[in-house]
Amino acid sequence: MLSINMTAAREHLVIALNGEVDASNSVELDEVIQEALSGSVQKILVDGRNLEYISSAGLGVFMSYLEDFRENNVAFVIFGLNEKVMNVFHILGLDQLISIKNTQEEAEESLYDA
Amino acid sequence: MTHELKLYCEKSRLAELRSFIAEALSATQLSAISQNQLILAVEEVCANLIIHSHDCNPLSHIWLTIHLNPERIIFEIKDSGKAFNIIEYKSPEINAVVKEKRKGGLGLLLVRKIMDKIEFETDHAFNTCRLTKKLKSK
Repeated sequence: MLSINMTAAREHLVIALNGEVDASNSVELDEVIQEALSGSVQKILVDGRNLEYISSAGLGVFMSYLEDFRENNVAFVIFGLNEKVMNVFHILGLDQLISIKNTQEEAEESLYDA
Repeated sequence: MTHELKLYCEKSRLAELRSFIAEALSATQLSAISQNQLILAVEEVCANLIIHSHDCNPLSHIWLTIHLNPERIIFEIKDSGKAFNIIEYKSPEINAVVKEKRKGGLGLLLVRKIMDKIEFETDHAFNTCRLTKKLKSK
Protein backbone atom coordinates (compact mmCIF):
# COMPACT_ATOMS: atom_id res chain seq x y z
CA MET A 1 0.00 0.00 0.00
CA LEU A 2 1.16 3.48 -0.85
CA SER A 3 -0.36 6.85 -0.12
CA ILE A 4 1.15 10.09 -1.34
CA ASN A 5 0.46 13.57 -0.02
CA MET A 6 1.58 16.77 -1.64
CA THR A 7 1.61 20.02 0.31
CA ALA A 8 2.99 23.47 -0.43
CA ALA A 9 5.11 25.32 2.13
CA ARG A 10 6.93 28.64 1.62
CA GLU A 11 8.54 28.27 -1.82
CA HIS A 12 8.67 24.51 -1.86
CA LEU A 13 6.50 21.43 -2.27
CA VAL A 14 6.62 18.49 0.09
CA ILE A 15 5.76 15.07 -1.32
CA ALA A 16 5.17 12.71 1.61
CA LEU A 17 5.36 8.99 0.89
CA ASN A 18 3.55 6.60 3.16
CA GLY A 19 3.92 2.84 2.75
CA GLU A 20 5.66 0.73 0.11
CA VAL A 21 6.66 1.60 -3.46
CA ASP A 22 6.91 -1.31 -5.88
CA ALA A 23 6.08 -2.12 -9.52
CA SER A 24 2.36 -2.13 -8.74
CA ASN A 25 2.19 1.51 -7.69
CA SER A 26 5.33 3.33 -8.86
CA VAL A 27 3.21 4.99 -11.55
CA GLU A 28 1.46 6.93 -8.76
CA LEU A 29 4.78 8.33 -7.61
CA ASP A 30 5.60 9.14 -11.21
CA GLU A 31 2.37 11.10 -11.66
CA VAL A 32 2.91 13.12 -8.50
CA ILE A 33 6.45 14.13 -9.47
CA GLN A 34 5.26 15.02 -12.96
CA GLU A 35 2.54 17.17 -11.45
CA ALA A 36 5.03 18.88 -9.15
CA LEU A 37 7.28 19.60 -12.13
CA SER A 38 4.45 20.98 -14.23
CA GLY A 39 4.07 23.95 -11.87
CA SER A 40 6.57 26.72 -11.40
CA VAL A 41 8.03 25.43 -8.13
CA GLN A 42 11.84 25.26 -8.02
CA LYS A 43 12.21 23.32 -4.80
CA ILE A 44 10.85 19.84 -4.11
CA LEU A 45 11.21 17.86 -0.88
CA VAL A 46 10.36 14.19 -0.52
CA ASP A 47 9.38 13.21 3.01
CA GLY A 48 10.51 9.59 3.32
CA ARG A 49 9.91 9.17 7.05
CA ASN A 50 7.00 6.79 6.47
CA LEU A 51 8.40 5.07 3.41
CA GLU A 52 8.72 1.43 4.48
CA TYR A 53 10.03 -0.13 1.29
CA ILE A 54 11.18 0.77 -2.20
CA SER A 55 12.03 -1.47 -5.14
CA SER A 56 13.79 -0.59 -8.38
CA ALA A 57 10.48 0.55 -9.85
CA GLY A 58 10.40 3.41 -7.33
CA LEU A 59 14.11 4.17 -7.62
CA GLY A 60 13.68 4.29 -11.39
CA VAL A 61 11.03 7.00 -11.06
CA PHE A 62 13.42 9.26 -9.13
CA MET A 63 16.26 8.49 -11.52
CA SER A 64 14.19 9.29 -14.60
CA TYR A 65 13.58 12.86 -13.39
CA LEU A 66 17.13 13.79 -12.39
CA GLU A 67 17.85 15.25 -15.83
CA ASP A 68 14.59 17.24 -15.79
CA PHE A 69 15.45 18.63 -12.36
CA ARG A 70 18.86 19.66 -13.63
CA GLU A 71 17.56 21.17 -16.88
CA ASN A 72 14.86 23.14 -15.05
CA ASN A 73 16.99 24.19 -12.10
CA VAL A 74 14.79 22.37 -9.63
CA ALA A 75 16.34 21.53 -6.26
CA PHE A 76 15.24 18.04 -5.22
CA VAL A 77 15.96 16.65 -1.76
CA ILE A 78 14.81 13.47 -0.03
CA PHE A 79 14.84 13.24 3.77
CA GLY A 80 13.99 10.91 6.63
CA LEU A 81 14.69 7.54 4.98
CA ASN A 82 14.84 4.61 7.37
CA GLU A 83 18.01 2.51 7.31
CA LYS A 84 16.56 -0.29 5.17
CA VAL A 85 15.39 2.11 2.46
CA MET A 86 18.58 4.19 2.68
CA ASN A 87 20.58 0.99 2.19
CA VAL A 88 18.76 0.32 -1.10
CA PHE A 89 19.74 3.77 -2.43
CA HIS A 90 23.25 3.11 -1.25
CA ILE A 91 23.63 -0.29 -2.95
CA LEU A 92 23.33 1.38 -6.35
CA GLY A 93 25.21 4.52 -5.34
CA LEU A 94 22.10 6.63 -5.85
CA ASP A 95 22.88 8.50 -2.64
CA GLN A 96 25.71 10.06 -4.68
CA LEU A 97 23.32 11.28 -7.39
CA ILE A 98 20.39 12.41 -5.29
CA SER A 99 20.60 14.78 -2.34
CA ILE A 100 19.49 12.83 0.75
CA LYS A 101 19.28 14.41 4.22
CA ASN A 102 18.48 12.95 7.61
CA THR A 103 15.94 15.46 8.85
CA GLN A 104 13.39 17.85 7.41
CA GLU A 105 15.31 20.72 8.98
CA GLU A 106 18.53 19.79 7.20
CA ALA A 107 16.63 19.24 3.97
CA GLU A 108 14.97 22.67 4.12
CA GLU A 109 18.25 24.29 5.03
CA SER A 110 19.85 22.84 1.93
CA LEU A 111 16.97 24.17 -0.20
CA TYR A 112 17.10 27.72 1.09
CA ASP A 113 20.77 28.27 1.81
CA ALA A 114 21.99 27.08 -1.57
CA MET B 1 13.90 -25.89 6.01
CA THR B 2 11.98 -25.29 2.78
CA HIS B 3 9.21 -22.79 2.05
CA GLU B 4 7.17 -22.75 -1.13
CA LEU B 5 4.88 -20.14 -2.68
CA LYS B 6 2.72 -20.21 -5.78
CA LEU B 7 2.61 -16.64 -6.98
CA TYR B 8 0.05 -15.49 -9.54
CA CYS B 9 1.36 -13.09 -12.16
CA GLU B 10 -0.18 -9.83 -11.01
CA LYS B 11 1.81 -6.85 -9.78
CA SER B 12 -0.63 -6.48 -6.90
CA ARG B 13 0.71 -9.81 -5.57
CA LEU B 14 4.18 -8.42 -4.87
CA ALA B 15 3.21 -7.36 -1.35
CA GLU B 16 2.11 -10.95 -0.65
CA LEU B 17 5.46 -12.15 -1.99
CA ARG B 18 7.34 -9.82 0.38
CA SER B 19 5.36 -11.03 3.40
CA PHE B 20 6.06 -14.64 2.46
CA ILE B 21 9.82 -14.08 2.19
CA ALA B 22 9.90 -11.99 5.37
CA GLU B 23 8.15 -14.78 7.23
CA ALA B 24 10.64 -17.38 5.98
CA LEU B 25 13.63 -15.17 6.82
CA SER B 26 12.39 -14.35 10.30
CA ALA B 27 13.84 -17.71 11.39
CA THR B 28 17.36 -16.55 10.43
CA GLN B 29 19.80 -14.37 12.34
CA LEU B 30 20.05 -11.90 9.46
CA SER B 31 19.84 -8.18 10.22
CA ALA B 32 16.79 -6.20 9.13
CA ILE B 33 18.89 -4.60 6.39
CA SER B 34 20.07 -7.95 5.01
CA GLN B 35 16.57 -9.41 5.13
CA ASN B 36 15.26 -6.40 3.24
CA GLN B 37 17.98 -6.83 0.59
CA LEU B 38 17.04 -10.46 0.01
CA ILE B 39 13.33 -9.65 -0.16
CA LEU B 40 14.14 -6.92 -2.68
CA ALA B 41 16.35 -9.12 -4.88
CA VAL B 42 13.77 -11.91 -5.08
CA GLU B 43 10.99 -9.41 -5.75
CA GLU B 44 13.00 -7.86 -8.59
CA VAL B 45 13.37 -11.22 -10.35
CA CYS B 46 9.70 -12.12 -9.79
CA ALA B 47 8.43 -8.67 -10.88
CA ASN B 48 10.53 -9.01 -14.01
CA LEU B 49 8.99 -12.38 -14.82
CA ILE B 50 5.45 -11.23 -14.01
CA ILE B 51 5.74 -8.17 -16.25
CA HIS B 52 7.97 -9.31 -19.10
CA SER B 53 7.54 -13.08 -19.36
CA HIS B 54 3.88 -13.35 -18.35
CA ASP B 55 2.47 -9.93 -19.37
CA CYS B 56 0.81 -9.70 -15.94
CA ASN B 57 -1.57 -12.54 -16.80
CA PRO B 58 -3.35 -13.31 -13.50
CA LEU B 59 -3.99 -16.88 -14.66
CA SER B 60 -0.31 -17.76 -14.93
CA HIS B 61 1.91 -18.30 -11.97
CA ILE B 62 5.48 -18.75 -10.88
CA TRP B 63 6.86 -20.89 -8.09
CA LEU B 64 9.22 -19.64 -5.43
CA THR B 65 11.03 -22.10 -3.19
CA ILE B 66 13.25 -20.94 -0.35
CA HIS B 67 15.82 -23.37 1.04
CA LEU B 68 17.26 -22.28 4.37
CA ASN B 69 20.53 -23.93 5.32
CA PRO B 70 23.01 -22.95 8.02
CA GLU B 71 25.58 -21.96 5.35
CA ARG B 72 23.37 -20.45 2.68
CA ILE B 73 19.92 -19.43 1.57
CA ILE B 74 18.80 -20.51 -1.89
CA PHE B 75 15.85 -18.91 -3.66
CA GLU B 76 14.58 -20.93 -6.59
CA ILE B 77 12.19 -19.18 -8.95
CA LYS B 78 10.53 -21.41 -11.51
CA ASP B 79 8.19 -20.50 -14.34
CA SER B 80 7.07 -21.69 -17.73
CA GLY B 81 6.83 -18.37 -19.55
CA LYS B 82 9.15 -16.91 -22.16
CA ALA B 83 12.63 -17.75 -20.97
CA PHE B 84 14.47 -14.74 -19.60
CA ASN B 85 18.13 -15.46 -19.16
CA ILE B 86 19.12 -13.23 -16.28
CA ILE B 87 22.78 -14.11 -16.71
CA GLU B 88 22.96 -12.96 -20.32
CA TYR B 89 21.08 -9.74 -19.57
CA LYS B 90 23.39 -6.77 -19.55
CA SER B 91 22.56 -4.21 -16.88
CA PRO B 92 22.77 -0.58 -17.97
CA GLU B 93 25.26 1.90 -16.54
CA ILE B 94 23.69 4.15 -13.90
CA ASN B 95 24.78 7.26 -15.82
CA ALA B 96 23.04 6.01 -18.95
CA VAL B 97 19.83 5.44 -16.97
CA VAL B 98 19.91 9.08 -15.82
CA LYS B 99 20.79 10.50 -19.24
CA GLU B 100 18.16 8.52 -21.09
CA LYS B 101 15.56 9.20 -18.36
CA ARG B 102 14.93 5.47 -18.15
CA LYS B 103 12.68 4.12 -15.44
CA GLY B 104 13.72 0.50 -15.80
CA GLY B 105 16.88 -1.52 -15.76
CA LEU B 106 17.94 -1.04 -12.16
CA GLY B 107 16.28 -4.16 -10.77
CA LEU B 108 18.69 -6.79 -12.00
CA LEU B 109 21.62 -4.58 -11.09
CA LEU B 110 20.34 -4.75 -7.52
CA VAL B 111 20.04 -8.52 -7.75
CA ARG B 112 23.66 -8.79 -8.88
CA LYS B 113 24.88 -6.56 -6.07
CA ILE B 114 22.91 -8.38 -3.39
CA MET B 115 23.26 -12.07 -4.27
CA ASP B 116 26.45 -14.16 -4.16
CA LYS B 117 25.48 -16.46 -7.01
CA ILE B 118 22.94 -16.28 -9.82
CA GLU B 119 22.15 -19.33 -11.95
CA PHE B 120 19.72 -19.80 -14.79
CA GLU B 121 18.64 -22.94 -16.58
CA THR B 122 15.86 -23.76 -18.96
CA ASP B 123 14.47 -27.01 -20.36
CA HIS B 124 11.39 -27.74 -22.46
CA ALA B 125 9.05 -27.25 -19.50
CA PHE B 126 10.55 -24.81 -17.02
CA ASN B 127 12.92 -21.89 -16.57
CA THR B 128 14.68 -21.88 -13.24
CA CYS B 129 16.49 -18.94 -11.74
CA ARG B 130 18.47 -19.79 -8.63
CA LEU B 131 19.75 -17.05 -6.33
CA THR B 132 22.20 -17.96 -3.58
CA LYS B 133 23.18 -15.91 -0.55
CA LYS B 134 26.01 -17.25 1.59
CA LEU B 135 25.68 -16.81 5.30
CA LYS B 136 28.66 -15.82 7.38
CA SER B 137 30.32 -18.87 8.89
CA LYS B 138 31.27 -18.58 12.50
